[in-house]
Amino acid sequence: MKDMADEVLFDFLHMEMVSHVYKEQQSSKGELDSKDRAVCVSILEGMGFRVGQGLIERMTRDSPSFKDELDMMKFICKDFWTQVFRKQIDNLRTNHQGTYVLQDNKFALLAQLSSGKQYLEDAPKYLAYSCGLVRGALSNLGLESVVTAEVSLMPSCKFQVVIQKL
Amino acid sequence: MSRQSNRTTDNKKMNSELFTLTYGALVTQLCKDYENDEEVNKQLDKMGYNIGVRMIEDFLARSSVGRCQDFRETADVIAKVAFKMYLGVTPSVTNWSPAGDEFSLILETNPLVDFVELPDNHNALVYSNLLCGVLRGALEMVQMAVDVRFAQDTLRGDNVTEIRMKFIKRIEENLPAGDE
Repeated sequence: MKDMADEVLFDFLHMEMVSHVYKEQQSSKGELDSKDRAVCVSILEGMGFRVGQGLIERMTRDSPSFKDELDMMKFICKDFWTQVFRKQIDNLRTNHQGTYVLQDNKFALLAQLSSGKQYLEDAPKYLAYSCGLVRGALSNLGLESVVTAEVSLMPSCKFQVVIQKL
Repeated sequence: MSRQSNRTTDNKKMNSELFTLTYGALVTQLCKDYENDEEVNKQLDKMGYNIGVRMIEDFLARSSVGRCQDFRETADVIAKVAFKMYLGVTPSVTNWSPAGDEFSLILETNPLVDFVELPDNHNALVYSNLLCGVLRGALEMVQMAVDVRFAQDTLRGDNVTEIRMKFIKRIEENLPAGDE
């Protein structure tokens, strides 16, 4: 694994990407309503999805296969999170029925934003891409899921993963 | 949006595959959003510019590089310090114009283009054009107006990637910097 890019550059790139998607939507729609914002979130999520698939493929190329769903989630929380967000998930909880809550007390892509209230409202913008990364990674491991994120106190963040049973 | 000041200088290296793949996803999205490659190139340059004008602060703080005496020194700092710090590669500085106002950065490997192949219908796409914007924006913040463009690109079958930089003028300190 090469390890040479710089996180500052990535953080700026991510911010530009978010701002582009919102501006692009705004230029065709004018003022954004909640439906337009949902479109933006889904575009960013989709971009993350494909990148997440590519990343996990490279990460798991040489690892043994996973013994169960929980084992995969642990891999996401430790190895994947460390590779992608530079630290491990702080807390993983599950109801053992396919719902997982991953808590990151200092989420990398929120650390750049200040903790003011206006940024709390903006936070979902900056989480969509990451939700996609996680969903893409899980999908490549054979788990279809719905991934959402919520922030109650910056920069901590909870990702909820609901595995879709086929 | 304020940057936290308690970051340490080391331990900022990250998974470059995430960076490269994310950049690829961005270019793909731009190709969907715009009708032609020229528009995509322009947008990449603009996004790079936005990044450059903000990143220069981080660069000056972390590199503790002082004011450059001349354009030659600037070229060396860009190649040996900035590229090394942010992309983990060190391009060579070469092809100086006789007047000393123009040079090339030659990249043996371009980290942005790992795993990338240009589709046939994007002949005019300058895939890594973001870098031009970053350089232009960052230098503008230290009062230098420069022209930056790709002269060669391995994605187009050239042997190396060459970024050509031309000094235009020194920007007077008391004027507000250009806004985009």
